[in-house]
Amino acid sequence: MLTLTHFLVLAAVLFSISVMGIFLNRKNVIVLLMAIELMLLAVNFNFIAFSHYLSDTAGQIFVFFILTVAAAESAIGLAILVVLFRNQSTINIEDLDSLKG
Amino acid sequence: MSFPLIVFYVLSAILLFSAFKVVTAKNPVHAALWLVLAFFTSSGHWLLLQAEFLAIALVLVYVGAVMVLFLFVVMMLDINIEKMRAGFWQHFPLAATVGLIMVAEMVLILASPQAHLAGYEAAAPLAADASNVKVLGLQIYTTYLMPFELAAVLLLLAIVAAIALTQRERKDGKYVDPAMQVEVKAADRLSIVKMAAVRDEPVINETNEPQA
Repeated sequence: MLTLTHFLVLAAVLFSISVMGIFLNRKNVIVLLMAIELMLLAVNFNFIAFSHYLSDTAGQIFVFFILTVAAAESAIGLAILVVLFRNQSTINIEDLDSLKG
Repeated sequence: MSFPLIVFYVLSAILLFSAFKVVTAKNPVHAALWLVLAFFTSSGHWLLLQAEFLAIALVLVYVGAVMVLFLFVVMMLDINIEKMRAGFWQHFPLAATVGLIMVAEMVLILASPQAHLAGYEAAAPLAADASNVKVLGLQIYTTYLMPFELAAVLLLLAIVAAIALTQRERKDGKYVDPAMQVEVKAADRLSIVKMAAVRDEPVINETNEPQA
């Protein structure tokens, strides 16, 4: 019997894997962006699972908008990445210290 | 064990494994490909939850567009992977601890009887010809029309921003600077020559020969 808890736990594990990814890939901005995509996927899982088990389509519509925002976010993020690489010839976060923060 | 449960566990195993490979892959190209597998597998999960439209949208939008964009960028950049991998596992204990604590917390909350999550029965399976797209479409074009329009504007913004960020000026390009055009004074374009207001009387050619 497939229950709501199954999906919520799966989403929780997926989310913490991507948190782990952010810890591990501190230097590589591309994989950081991918980890953020995974996080959004985990969030979408919760929305869709609740939408199914509460028989309410609002959750699915929310996921629709999250997908839109995530697509826009990754497009702009990758554009920034390309400009960054063009100017600095690196995407290693440790080399990005020109602001002297 | 019912059939959906078996499907769920198989898909979940693939999803979690590929998610783990995404964050630990040596090569960013491999990470992107594992991410494709993760998205594809989760679209299978969403089909289990009867969200057909979103499952297809996930494959079309993510696997089809966003991941191709990722692959393009990864292959365009010349990255020194070895340098980036240095000290990769150094923070693994911390990361694993934080991850496990988060999972434990969430499982404790989700599995606790106080959450009353077990009370939600699975929705009765819809009829085979029930249209998920129709339901979503009706909602989007009535209740959520305004957010839908805003999402369209957001996508337009993303297009403009991505192009504006990455566009480079051509070195040999010829273009007009409107600011310079506006700033220009009449004196820059037109030189007025002072001259006498009276002309000399024209010389009459008496011989009537055509002048050379």
